[in-house]
Amino acid sequence: MSAMFSQNPLMNGPNYSFNQAPSTAAAGNKEHGFYPYTDNGGSTLAISGSDFTIVAGDTRSTSGYNINTRYSPKVFKIGGTTSSQDDATLVLSVVGFAADGEALKERLDAIVKMYRYQHGKPMSVKACAQRLSTILYGKRFFPYYVTAILGGLDEEGNGAVYSYDPVGSYEREQCRAAGAAASLIMPFLDNQVNYKNQYIPGSGVGHALVEREKIPLGRTEVEDVVKDAFDSAVERHIEVGDGLQMFVITKSGIEEKYLPLKRD
Amino acid sequence: MPGFDFSNHTRNAALHARGVPLPKATSTGTTIVGCIFDGGVVIAADTRATSGPIVADKNCEKLHYIAPQIWCAGAGTAADTEFTTALISSQLELHSLSTGRKPRVVTCMTMLKQHLFRHQGHIGAYLVVAGVDPTGVGLFTVHAHGSTDKLPYVTMGSGSLAAMSVFETQWKATMTEQEAVTLASNAIQAGIFNDLGSGSNVDVAIITKDKTTLKRGYVKPNERSKKQKSYVFKRGTTAVLNEKIITKEEISKYVTVHELEGGETAVGEKMDIDA
Repeated sequence: MSAMFSQNPLMNGPNYSFNQAPSTAAAGNKEHGFYPYTDNGGSTLAISGSDFTIVAGDTRSTSGYNINTRYSPKVFKIGGTTSSQDDATLVLSVVGFAADGEALKERLDAIVKMYRYQHGKPMSVKACAQRLSTILYGKRFFPYYVTAILGGLDEEGNGAVYSYDPVGSYEREQCRAAGAAASLIMPFLDNQVNYKNQYIPGSGVGHALVEREKIPLGRTEVEDVVKDAFDSAVERHIEVGDGLQMFVITKSGIEEKYLPLKRD
Repeated sequence: MPGFDFSNHTRNAALHARGVPLPKATSTGTTIVGCIFDGGVVIAADTRATSGPIVADKNCEKLHYIAPQIWCAGAGTAADTEFTTALISSQLELHSLSTGRKPRVVTCMTMLKQHLFRHQGHIGAYLVVAGVDPTGVGLFTVHAHGSTDKLPYVTMGSGSLAAMSVFETQWKATMTEQEAVTLASNAIQAGIFNDLGSGSNVDVAIITKDKTTLKRGYVKPNERSKKQKSYVFKRGTTAVLNEKIITKEEISKYVTVHELEGGETAVGEKMDIDA
């Protein structure tokens, strides 16, 4: 109903949950209830290249107008043989309710580890992606309140990004932004990664215009796009900031980078 | 005062009952402080304005003019702080003219509280009033419902707890102007970095018997970092599906047209473009 009247997508969108104040009934008497979820803010982002994948997330954890911590990672290596995860090949990012994110990460990591022991080989991203979907749907009526993104390299060695909704609907994509500032970052990615709304100047008139050629971005270019996306998100979204954690997945392993972001 | 127009109230109440959300006002989620020192008073504010979790303005002014020696820091609904201070400023000016006296801080505070109490908290203005008048230095807080406080150091807004923690650990009964300004600035910065509703820069206003000094951007601890890439598009990148040409003769009906000399460019019309 309210969607019919509001032009502002932030007032309707599923990712907007900044104000979670318990509602009062129309009669004015206080409603009591059990609120098992909170929103811890933050944003994540993943972009796949021809032979690499970058998964990134800010490190701020919030509740309301407060900062819980300036360093709470949202991006995790999954399925290594040791606790250091040195030989991991997969990366999971989770944003939304941090406790559910942590629980989901732990569960997926345990499952991917068990797979390695039972099959004697690491799990493929494709298999892990399907398994993650099953885990999420398994809690269809008490969901993990998170938007997950899984990154890795596929069987051909190409970058792979799988994005999810909280109940397990998933899709392989070129790039995806999630979390509090998803609505700010995603249009930027459409334009700068998939060159949406960009045409070759003078190539035709009206509908005859030719779209700009889609050349896959190189690793350094993607890193720059990720940094710029987060710097801009920090400028306009109060729940994003403090630090940027970036995982670069290549065939030679996973590289971790950390950059400071604005802390206001 | 004539008052507000309530003609849409019944319709809006009906819509609200059907679940239509209220329109979102820009709120200055804010940290504001005030502190007296030997011979004057200082007030300070951050410069972030928010609409929900979105930053609406990165460098807004929360220090409002009331009279030459009376200034006000505002938190709460942006429009309410703006209009309430402007209204009282106007009434105080007329009052000063008819009495032939300089306006007093207590007078200002009393007019503000009576105006806000009359509207029963519906005007969401939370103010720090400060100034110097013939009776001396004045520093007050005024809440939206009309209550007031008179204290040597005050904080308000969502960052008030962060700011107050600084005052409660560092405040002294006797301070120089510079000490007070530094303390107020530190209090605002505590809000900027620890409260999500506050951010960007520190604005300061120093009021003494002789003069008022407004220091806009006294501290700028949150300058934007340089972009990694250039995002300049080639001219013609955006698709044009149809165009309509309006001739100079046609537009002359509405505006005056001046021809520029060869090589001459219009002043003040150059757009800011990223490197």
